[in-house]
Amino acid sequence: MKQIVSFLALATLAVLLWNLAPIAMPSDLGPVASHYVSHGLQENRGSNLVTSVVVNYRGFDTLGEVTVLFLSVSGVGFVLRRRSGLKVHRQRPASEIITTGARMLFAPTVLFGAYIFVHGHLTPGGGFQGGAVVASAVLLLILADRDLVLPHAALGWLESLSGFGFVLAGVVGLVVSGSFLANHGIIPLGTWNRLLSAGIIPVIYVLIGLKVGSELAALLDVMVHAADEGEAHS
Amino acid sequence: MNVLSFLNLVDLLVCAVVLIAAGGAALHRNLLSAVVFAGVASLAVSFLFLRLAAPDVAMTEAAIGAGLSTVIFLIAVRRTQETEEEDR
Repeated sequence: MKQIVSFLALATLAVLLWNLAPIAMPSDLGPVASHYVSHGLQENRGSNLVTSVVVNYRGFDTLGEVTVLFLSVSGVGFVLRRRSGLKVHRQRPASEIITTGARMLFAPTVLFGAYIFVHGHLTPGGGFQGGAVVASAVLLLILADRDLVLPHAALGWLESLSGFGFVLAGVVGLVVSGSFLANHGIIPLGTWNRLLSAGIIPVIYVLIGLKVGSELAALLDVMVHAADEGEAHS
Repeated sequence: MNVLSFLNLVDLLVCAVVLIAAGGAALHRNLLSAVVFAGVASLAVSFLFLRLAAPDVAMTEAAIGAGLSTVIFLIAVRRTQETEEEDR
């Protein structure tokens, strides 16, 4: 009986979605999208239009997205918080190859992540991608040295200040230009396709990159050490 | 406009890889293998995003979907247990 009901529900859903398919593949841009395409470069001077949409036109959504990431990382940190007084299980040390390779790759990887989020308004990528790359560099360090303790206080401050900076940039836009996250009259827009262009967009994307990078690095650290303790228990 | 008109033979092969890897991730009993299958599916999907002219999404999918979440799942699997129990 249960299986028949779920089959019928799936079949109904399939019929509904089949009729939605032409809407999902429109042949021309809607009015909002065509405004972005025709006026986006002039209004924001960022050569990566995707970034202009994500950070400026839909900047409020991005603020929500950053908040969701913050909440989930805090949730993981709360559930898996380190109980003091527990003996940490000694791991077999990583091999020479991993240690040397990780130390060699750490700086170039951080640099590459920073490049991605600093150039977010010019080339594909941005704060989220660059932050993830920076966090994977930290993961390399954790893999090479399992006793590594990340400076959690510094990471927390970095994360809070960059989140605060994002909201502050939005409020400055509200005061100066009359709308939250407005990109007019705060920093000169400059010429498109230059590093110093697109007004507050690169500032906000660098802040997002720092925030995402520090959050994900702290998340990886908490999870790895929680796993160590789980083994110490068993 | 049909999506299939953008894709060539290699892209269709990658589509097949996505389907096979997703099936492997869903069905494999060993959770470590399932996590690796999911990572392969993410990587193949990021290639498809690139081919469909969405490099920003492709970078996100490769860095987060194929990279970090695979690692986080691996840590979680090591913390819990490596094989899936029977449901019934």
